[in-house]
Amino acid sequence: MITVNGENVQIDAVPLSELLTQMNLGNQLCAVEVNKELIPHKERDAYVLQDGDAVEIVRLVGGG
Amino acid sequence: MTTMTTTEIPPLQLQDITLTSRLVVGTGKYPDYETMQNALDESGCSAVTVAVRRERLVDEQGRSILDFIDCDKYTILPNTAGCFTAEDAIRVAKLGRDILEQLDNAGSSWVKLEVLGDKTTLLPDPVGTLEACKELVADGFSVMCYSSDDPIMATRIRDAGATCVMPAGSPIGTGRGIANPCAIKLCIDLLKKPEHGGDPNFPVIVDAGVGTPSDVTIAMELGADGVLLNTGIAHAQNPVQMARAMRLACEAGYHGFRSGRIPRKLHATASSPWDGTIAGE
Repeated sequence: MITVNGENVQIDAVPLSELLTQMNLGNQLCAVEVNKELIPHKERDAYVLQDGDAVEIVRLVGGG
Repeated sequence: MTTMTTTEIPPLQLQDITLTSRLVVGTGKYPDYETMQNALDESGCSAVTVAVRRERLVDEQGRSILDFIDCDKYTILPNTAGCFTAEDAIRVAKLGRDILEQLDNAGSSWVKLEVLGDKTTLLPDPVGTLEACKELVADGFSVMCYSSDDPIMATRIRDAGATCVMPAGSPIGTGRGIANPCAIKLCIDLLKKPEHGGDPNFPVIVDAGVGTPSDVTIAMELGADGVLLNTGIAHAQNPVQMARAMRLACEAGYHGFRSGRIPRKLHATASSPWDGTIAGE
């Protein structure tokens, strides 16, 4: 079990890029941190999620 | 007497970013994306700010703000709005940079830093701001740093390595304009005048509180290099027309500051000659 943006998600130990694909975010412009550490977009294939990881996926929105 | 052409305003250089307009415009709070797009265009700005937020995992329309911002035309400046600690601001700045790097946008090494003190005033927390500024500069960021209008704080932020100091005209979203012109002027003097330890080329952009075009003009007449605003355009009844007004006001203030205004006087001085008047003869 991991959390994604605060919600529990049941998933095997997969690369971070696989999680994004499963969530239909593979082609979306976003940034990801795991356990409060940025995982640079070029490292998403290499980073394998582990049980208990807290994932945050963010994007750009309007702001001042 | 030299004759000067005063129609052209030179771009503002912020390290590797060239701002062809002195206005930086936020992208939040517009009625819809199309209005935002038209307002940005009418404002003439070349840089826009954006925020970094959690992905909505289900998006009913599937539209992204980036579908409405031409990344070849605008430099995109991610902010750290909503952060109340240096730690969170640094996290958000890094996330924003990672997104902008994927876009290959000029704003990827930039951050508009805000570390807020509380939700009621949205005034910056000076301690957290300085801490975050130092760490972000050390990490390679070019920091545009939101600050209060405290002149001493402005110099501390500069000394911490910020590329640009952005004193607040008044609290974010209040539309109260330049609440303390003397404080803004002191910020500008300390940061830009050599006799006060400043550098004329150090950029000062007044940020926050703009409600009306004259607020922009006042900021520019005080000697600011530019103005950053969002709500004053986005929440106007006609955002596109207001964007145009803000652009013109910015240009007016730019020229006004450099034209050498007359001193204020107590007594009147006639504009028409006394000689030759037939009144009172």
